[in-house]
Amino acid sequence: MSTQALTYLFVGLSFALYIGIAIWSRAGSTREFYVAGGGVHPVANGMATAADWMSAASFISMAGIIAFAGYDASVFLMGWTGGYVLLALLLAPYLRKFGQFTVPDFLGERYYSKAARVVAVLCLVIVSFTYVAGQMRGVGVVFSRFLDVPIDMGVLIGMAVVFFYAVLGGMKGITYTQVAQYCVLIFAYLVPAVFISILVTGNPLPPLALGAEAGETGQSVLERLDGTLTDLGFAAYTEGTKSTVDLFAITLALMVGTAGLPHVIVRFFTVPKVSDARRSAGWALVFIALLYTTAPAVAAMARLNFVETVNGTAYAEDTPEWVKSWEGIGLIGWQDKNADGRIQYAAGAPFEGAPDFSGETGPSGERVLTNAPTGSANEIYVDRDIMVLANPEIASLPGWVIALVAAGGIAAALSTAAGLLLVISASVSHDLLKKTFRPGLSERSELMAARGAAVVAILIAGWFGIHPPGFVAQVVALAFGLAAASLFPAIVMGIFTRSMNKEGAIFGMLSGLTFTILYIGRFKFGWFGGGGEEDWLFGISPEGIGAVGMALNFAVAFGVARVTRPVPGTVRALVERIRVPSGAGAAGVH
Amino acid sequence: MEDASPDRSDGKPKRSYWSENLRLLGMLLSVWFTVSFGFGILLHEPLNRFEILGVPAGFWFAQAGSIYVFVALIFVYSWRISKIERRFGVSDDEEGRA
Repeated sequence: MSTQALTYLFVGLSFALYIGIAIWSRAGSTREFYVAGGGVHPVANGMATAADWMSAASFISMAGIIAFAGYDASVFLMGWTGGYVLLALLLAPYLRKFGQFTVPDFLGERYYSKAARVVAVLCLVIVSFTYVAGQMRGVGVVFSRFLDVPIDMGVLIGMAVVFFYAVLGGMKGITYTQVAQYCVLIFAYLVPAVFISILVTGNPLPPLALGAEAGETGQSVLERLDGTLTDLGFAAYTEGTKSTVDLFAITLALMVGTAGLPHVIVRFFTVPKVSDARRSAGWALVFIALLYTTAPAVAAMARLNFVETVNGTAYAEDTPEWVKSWEGIGLIGWQDKNADGRIQYAAGAPFEGAPDFSGETGPSGERVLTNAPTGSANEIYVDRDIMVLANPEIASLPGWVIALVAAGGIAAALSTAAGLLLVISASVSHDLLKKTFRPGLSERSELMAARGAAVVAILIAGWFGIHPPGFVAQVVALAFGLAAASLFPAIVMGIFTRSMNKEGAIFGMLSGLTFTILYIGRFKFGWFGGGGEEDWLFGISPEGIGAVGMALNFAVAFGVARVTRPVPGTVRALVERIRVPSGAGAAGVH
Repeated sequence: MEDASPDRSDGKPKRSYWSENLRLLGMLLSVWFTVSFGFGILLHEPLNRFEILGVPAGFWFAQAGSIYVFVALIFVYSWRISKIERRFGVSDDEEGRA
């Protein structure tokens, strides 16, 4: 069977599985729709959380980012895993004890006002929509790359599948499809990683590859990579280029942002007990760590392999075949600046902008580019996503592995999109309608409204996928920064202090949110005349500014709380109650 | 984190359960901070003179070691706090499902 036919088969089978699960586990009550009935096993919830959390960006782009950023990319590795420690130690058990359906549920009740609930919904919707906009585009890109359909068509197929199991199954359907999606994506990630590890180091365990000997060279993979890259004019792989304060701020913002992401938090409302919420967060991190400890090894090996097999080769004779096939779809571009027929790789961009092919063929058989060359000696453009996508070809693996990677990438994108869409719809039907504007809503109508809100959220997300706003590349920074600056401090103060009142929490959330949006807006989208690196506050990039937003949130909250009315006794009692695990009962019963 | 106020009505055991919990959290979070922000970022350059599993130690903590420690921290917390809960009689493990 051809690789293309295998890809259709694998992706088709995985879709049939997801839809089958959706039909088997469709939700019959709001409790099932919002928190899967509260009876999910902690290990299953750990897997679902891992799939929920790891998006197409983790699956496809992360190894590529590490491959090209080296040590600087450590912020993502530590930031996106360290957040689970905060989640397990500071948030998940207490929110599970509180035992309702959504994050605004907690904030609205702890800060005893509809205003706090509505501000929380506002933060949640902004965070989740910025995140999901990137995901739907990712779904489209993955489909178009593997199934050979236009990106917009890919977005529509993705919307249809998510529609089916998110609208029908709610949290219950999403949970069990995410378990299946985790299995698909981790298998698809590890198989090529193990093979490329054997190819480069002779050791089948990717996490040990960084320090293992590269071939028969007598040097470890990292030493060899450091040496090769500095010879070509790059910074050493193990040394960063970012300032220490910026590394610190970005890592903190990503950790706190991770712990504050609503679609991750609500996963811990679905387990039976408080102790299960803690255990489940541990399992989630185990399942995430499987991919996150493999990615740095894949990154280093793929980069080394790329430099050693491509740099200096004559394009017409000895350049590997996979370079040409990825050039064929525009993810690699080569401009023979010195006309020697060989590919020279060096630091710096080879030419201005993304590759723009003229349609002609050059003297060596390459696709001619119309881009204006830069002064750099570098001749080759590489899309960083190739580091994962081309692995099966680099390691000369059979077609079914490529098909598997396609199914894995699609699983990663769909699982995250579905989790995000669900928290958006729950916050609309439950927090805005039932708890704020239409308290008389019956159980049946609330369930209908939840499904309706999910449909609307999918349509909006799909629209963003087809008409991507200019900021899609920046959404990661935005979503994490906003979650860190708005929701996380309010939740932590709600658990760990009895004295934080509604005024403090509301002003804290609003000031953290506003400050972070304006800062990112200025440096990413050029608001207020924009600005460059020299204008950064304390030398902190927009990616890391969520850490400052968080500090501001805490400071404003404590300042305002000092000069406004103290919290009522009933709220103090609520705080006492959520601090002890016993007497939790089922989610939603209170 | 503020301390328990004296005007509590629901008994002493829960208050000391909470201060034990805060102590445990403080210990575990300082490990969390040390391996990531400490070893992985602030001390990354001096640590790179040593090696762990063939990898410069600062780089290893930043891209692998801190993740292993994070996983361990969550399970250690889960295990220690369960023991404390049982000691104070506030565990939900024996209660069964509601």
